[in-house]
Amino acid sequence: MIRFRLFKDKTARLSMLGITILSLGFLLLIGIGLFYMSLPILREKETWKLLTSSNWKPFKGEFGFLPYIISTLHVTFIAIIIALPFSLLTSIYLTEYATEKIRNFFAPIIDLLSGIPPVIYGVWGTLTIVPFISEEIAPHFVEFSSGYSVLAGGIVLSVMITPLLISIFCEVFGSIPKEMREASLSLGATKWQTVKQIILRKSMPGIIAAIALAVSRAFGETIAVLMVCGNIPIIPSSIFDACYPLPALIANNYGEMLSIPSYESALMMAAFLLFIIIVIFNAGSRLILNRIERRYHV
Amino acid sequence: METVNLDQVETILENSIIDIMTHSDIINPHIRVEGLNLNIGENHILKDVNLSIPSKKITCIIGPSGCGKTTLLRSFNRMHDDSPNVKITGKIFVDDENIYDEKAQVISIRKKMGLLAQRPCPLPMSIYDNITYGPRIHGAWQRRKLYATAKHYLSEVGLWDEVKDRLKASPGHLSIGQQQRLCLARGLAVEPEIILGDEATSALDPISTRKIEELFVTLKKDYTIVLVTHTLSQAKRIADYIAFMYMGKLIEFGTTDQIFNHPQKQLTKDYISGYFS
Repeated sequence: MIRFRLFKDKTARLSMLGITILSLGFLLLIGIGLFYMSLPILREKETWKLLTSSNWKPFKGEFGFLPYIISTLHVTFIAIIIALPFSLLTSIYLTEYATEKIRNFFAPIIDLLSGIPPVIYGVWGTLTIVPFISEEIAPHFVEFSSGYSVLAGGIVLSVMITPLLISIFCEVFGSIPKEMREASLSLGATKWQTVKQIILRKSMPGIIAAIALAVSRAFGETIAVLMVCGNIPIIPSSIFDACYPLPALIANNYGEMLSIPSYESALMMAAFLLFIIIVIFNAGSRLILNRIERRYHV
Repeated sequence: METVNLDQVETILENSIIDIMTHSDIINPHIRVEGLNLNIGENHILKDVNLSIPSKKITCIIGPSGCGKTTLLRSFNRMHDDSPNVKITGKIFVDDENIYDEKAQVISIRKKMGLLAQRPCPLPMSIYDNITYGPRIHGAWQRRKLYATAKHYLSEVGLWDEVKDRLKASPGHLSIGQQQRLCLARGLAVEPEIILGDEATSALDPISTRKIEELFVTLKKDYTIVLVTHTLSQAKRIADYIAFMYMGKLIEFGTTDQIFNHPQKQLTKDYISGYFS
């Protein structure tokens, strides 16, 4: 009897280990798969040229990924720049200042925001943000902008990742023990001093992790960005220019015009690049995380 | 000639020599609590507490768990301000200033008191920054002055020699007793007049506890010290005055000798002799 129980215990442990390893397997499998699919174009062209050329003429067999890479980074960067202060201040307010009533009122609203399908954000962006940029903002800076732009993509994306950031930040701030706040307050610090010097410091690893998650999500967001960013493969010279991020490229073209030689392989390479960008970004944020943990003594 | 047996002599002596004192006999109290009532929601936690804390002495608040001693202590530096549903009536005077007056500045009240929590809670910064945190939030910035402050208070708690070579290191590597002394030094660095200890040694080993207790005894020449403790032996060791609380009420206040040797109330007597705890 005892042996049977021990056997079950062992089986449970091993099978769970197996399933856990599976997630690593998926990651490798996807990476290798994408690489394999993009091999034809990598064999045909010089890798460096593919990455640094901005000529995208599939009919002529020219595939330059630079505009797509830059667009992806650009849109994501703007999104996080806009979303970060909003979500930080909101979550600081909710966890540190707001009464329970206010917190309980806002929490479900924020959760709801993150549950709205991306396509609705896309429609909202097309109907409000795009014309607003084209008519109100852009004229102050550039001669002409259709509104379908890096900025529009960034704004829509920022609205989409804000709820995610808020809910993780709230979780992070909430996990700081009450005693730590009291230690600071009892020395005569104001709430704001406590937030700035203790809460934010202590939360720094959590904040970085949250940003990493949000950025990874933003890199891959497809439909909402695709609807507002113009989809022209140029290197945007300002935030009011149209752009064409990698996910949009794949979504718009995969399955069409596959008669063109190397086209499918090029799209696979776009996916592979996106994959690489996210992997590099996550590894980078891991490194930053480690450094911060050492530096801030948290 | 009338003969008196020894027992009677003792009784006579007790009644004549032992001057039964109450908190209202304290002259120039540092903290004076008047008619303090505290409710958390529906629960009446502190019931009409009147208490005077003598200046530059160690006063221990004792009583069974849940009697409101920590709540009382925390009301001294208005730590209940941010708790929802807490309603406080009555007055607490610190240096003759009612800290629950509308005009009272909570920041300056808290600056007057160092709070030592149950478990040491180092802030997420280096040992050095932990000490200078208080002065810095109150506006100090000169490096030399901050360094002098850090050195002075770390020495005062006997930590300087132990940490002087790793001031920039994380306090996480210190032992828990060292951490508690660090927290004490951090509290002292804002130059308070009063030290509040909320079972400040309950998480510590006996040796660290002794160190902290010895510190309290040395510090009382400069500071008024109020400690909440549920170890009677600790109160016996270091207290000058004792306040005994039960079910939210202050039952008895007196000198350590009075409370331990001549308690006036039956409840006190029972608690001291360990009938309940």
